[in-house]
Amino acid sequence: MGRALINVPAKAKRGEIIEIKALVSHPMETGYRTGPDGTLVPRDIIQRFVCTYNGEEVFSADLFPAIAANPFIAFTTVATESGTITFRWIDDQGRGQIETAKITVE
Amino acid sequence: MARLDGMRANRRDVLAAGAGALSLLLTRPARATPESMAVAIRSFVGEATVQKGRVALDIPALVENGNSVPLKVTVESAMTSDDFVKTIAIFNERNPQPNVANFHLTPRSGRAEVSTRIRLGDSQTIVAIAQLSDGTFWSDQAELVVTLPACVES
Repeated sequence: MGRALINVPAKAKRGEIIEIKALVSHPMETGYRTGPDGTLVPRDIIQRFVCTYNGEEVFSADLFPAIAANPFIAFTTVATESGTITFRWIDDQGRGQIETAKITVE
Repeated sequence: MARLDGMRANRRDVLAAGAGALSLLLTRPARATPESMAVAIRSFVGEATVQKGRVALDIPALVENGNSVPLKVTVESAMTSDDFVKTIAIFNERNPQPNVANFHLTPRSGRAEVSTRIRLGDSQTIVAIAQLSDGTFWSDQAELVVTLPACVES
């Protein structure tokens, strides 16, 4: 897969609600589009996104072809403790991409 | 004479191109309909009734480019461990498929709020439904006009 952009605050107060933004470059080919030769371009989308905070799942999403190319998702979570926030995108072939971000909670 | 032949060939080409375009139109995949959206919503909520309110669906009413439309859903909820939003599901009427996305939240989300960017194949109604931890379903919907739909040109 492609490049991922993640926006997580580096520092947060304990119990603070932080906003997380995640974007990954991916064509999100719907399978409904015709290519230059007139045949349908095969479907190839990211169908699942999972965010874990120190190993515990805090947010996930099932995506369909109606999600725009380079899927962008913004959501919130409570900053509970310092550690690692992990992002995983999984496509139709079951291939995944993993990115991580560190957060310091004081 | 040669010139006449050339013109005939051109006419044939034009006809063939027309037929090609027609077959392209005929092989266009079927669109979702308000009925198929109702079926998709039914399979999400089951037997429960969907109430209006508590959900705010924020999406522009006039969309210039259907390839990337910002969408935000906010649900009124305390987001505590015994009262929180479990899932926010988005549905559409006229894209090829009625589902757009399902977002799964937890009490650790803090706020029931999610944003993304979606594709719209036509002017239509978008529906957001939230499933709460107590088993109730709440919804909001928005009608919008799309000037340049997604997936018209290849």
